[in-house]
Amino acid sequence: MQTNIKEPITLERFTGLYQKNRAFLMVNDTPMLAGKRDRAFEAFSTLGFPDTSMETWRLTNLDESFSRGYDYHLRPMEEVDIQKVFRCNIPHLDTAVIGQLNGWYVSKDVPLMELGNGIIMGSLAEARKKYPQLVEKYFGTMADDTSDGFTALNTAFVQDGVFIYVPDNVKSPKPVQLINVIHHEENLFLQSRNLILVGANAKLSLVHCDDSYNHQASFSNIVTEIHVGEHGVMDHYKLQNLNNNSTLISSVFFRLEASASLDSHYISLNGGLLRNNIWVLFNGPHGNANIYGIYLMDRKQHVDNQVFVDHAWPDCSSNETFKGILDEHARAIFNGHVLVRRDATKTDARQSNKNILLTDTARVNSKPFLEIYNDDVKCSHGSTTGQLDQESMFYLRQRGIGEETARMLLMFAFADEIVAKISIPQLRQRIEDMVKKRLQGELQICEQCVLHCSTPEHPVEFFIDMSKV
Amino acid sequence: MLLQIKNLHASINGKEILRGVNLEVNKGEVHAIMGPNGTGKSTLASVIAGREVFDVTAGEIRYNGKDLQKLSIEDRAREGIFLGFQYPVEIPGVSITNFMRTAVNEIRKFKGLDPLPGGEFLRLMEEKKRLVEITSNLTNRSVNEGFSGGEKKKNEIFQMAMLEPMLAILDETDSGLDIDALRIVANGVNKLRRPDNAFVVITHYQRLLDYIIPDFVHVLFEGKIVKSGGKELALELEEKGYDWIKKEQG
Repeated sequence: MQTNIKEPITLERFTGLYQKNRAFLMVNDTPMLAGKRDRAFEAFSTLGFPDTSMETWRLTNLDESFSRGYDYHLRPMEEVDIQKVFRCNIPHLDTAVIGQLNGWYVSKDVPLMELGNGIIMGSLAEARKKYPQLVEKYFGTMADDTSDGFTALNTAFVQDGVFIYVPDNVKSPKPVQLINVIHHEENLFLQSRNLILVGANAKLSLVHCDDSYNHQASFSNIVTEIHVGEHGVMDHYKLQNLNNNSTLISSVFFRLEASASLDSHYISLNGGLLRNNIWVLFNGPHGNANIYGIYLMDRKQHVDNQVFVDHAWPDCSSNETFKGILDEHARAIFNGHVLVRRDATKTDARQSNKNILLTDTARVNSKPFLEIYNDDVKCSHGSTTGQLDQESMFYLRQRGIGEETARMLLMFAFADEIVAKISIPQLRQRIEDMVKKRLQGELQICEQCVLHCSTPEHPVEFFIDMSKV
Repeated sequence: MLLQIKNLHASINGKEILRGVNLEVNKGEVHAIMGPNGTGKSTLASVIAGREVFDVTAGEIRYNGKDLQKLSIEDRAREGIFLGFQYPVEIPGVSITNFMRTAVNEIRKFKGLDPLPGGEFLRLMEEKKRLVEITSNLTNRSVNEGFSGGEKKKNEIFQMAMLEPMLAILDETDSGLDIDALRIVANGVNKLRRPDNAFVVITHYQRLLDYIIPDFVHVLFEGKIVKSGGKELALELEEKGYDWIKKEQG
């Protein structure tokens, strides 16, 4: 059985599916990957899916998401012609684009791009065939299959996703944009797996977008592993603009070697239920990680950011700044956990979470948390939740600015602290536009997303200009 | 008559602050309101501007013939009322340029005018910056964020110059200013004086009135204007302090 349709998400469904399809899933596995797959499956069988009895899932109940029936395809759906589905049009943002549709890498005629400077990017499935040693060396070494059921499930069923390799000393000349679009006529469960390798003294900017094309329900379980070598630099953007029927479990595992540097930006504009698991491991001294987040939620949208930073080595610094604006019945959860291990002297760790609630029915649970086993550290954490500042409102209105405009200005200013950290100017401009539209209630999902436009009336190409990459 | 306040009573959280204020301001006049701390000077300014935390329990405020209490905060501003804040609010993330452009254009829209073209707006900003001797490039900075006390007050006068109000109420604009900043602020005000506008200058000290010469001086005490006179009243207050007022009031 390759396909199973319209079933709810249960442990039994996936254990049965694995047992029936084990041989098929392992067709292209090296013995090592096959072993990893089996071990992950065993872990998943034991762990199961998380529920609200677990501390980190206490406030995010997946029952409703699970109970919907979803199709799950173990092969790309042949009938979908990506060229007819969407085009990517980013007039001023010069990026190399990698597209994924329903979790599958799309440009089959160019499954793996190998550039003159040694950069490799494309399909993970293809990379596993062509560069088994490189993939083996890193795949599954950052993601933790032993404690998180979703990650274990993803590893057990891994087939495709995106692979990017930036060799030592190579600076990627332009940002790479990775677009995940969900488009299906039925409710869809999907999993993809990304492996991003940034070499020593190398640099990569990655813009990773999750978008829905229609209003069909979906459940995505995406795992991304990102390795940054010594003195490597990673500029990472996660942009989420999904429909209200979508559930996204996004788990990103960063491993930073000595003196590596990470800026990660989580921009959540829309989604039914968004769960961002962010793990950062300092795997050598003098690393630096900034993790920024902004979430703008309304209706019954739910966003849950879980950030775990492991200061395993001395002299590293981390900074988490998450901000949110919640309207109507929206719900946000922030759990920041910084672990400073015994030997991690001179750690500098900061956590901050600030929220604005626009209604009495919007809710926030914020828990910045420091776990420290070393005396010689600088750590701080803080959390605030409140309404728009009335003093500022009066000041703006006293200058003739209408109440609604004044609210917009203040909300945008609040969000802009995070948006302003975006270091690609064109992207910053576009995200600013999107945030403004979102705050004015004008931003729709994919169709009107300014980052890429797609309409059935404009069936243009999904275009990768090889001459530019 | 530009502003006419009759028997104004106002309270906050049930506590009465203004207890029957009467005041008339005509175009072309400068009024100074003086008085000890905590007698309602800032409350009077806030109530005229429409601050919602205060409840007007009795009396009326007429401005250009209109009942001010029927107007929202922003409509009062659009009709030409400007409040220079004693403590200007810091608004991180809102640039002064964006703030002023929004304000200017919302006021223009209210008056049925088209938005000011970008180039013209920037020229206006430069011109008004010179008026209050702002040399730094404040346009890209967030409103009042990280400003010194003097910069904040200069920024208030700059905004006033940009918006060209009919009635400007300056609430202790002199507090916390050194003598140079005080001179600049006062010069800005003097340059903006016209026969068709008016100023109400709230101050604790006579010092500012050496630079901005008032036509009338009023003493606000325990929520009422208890004494009015010409500019010589300010000098008398400077000399004798407020104790004699308190004694007079028993």
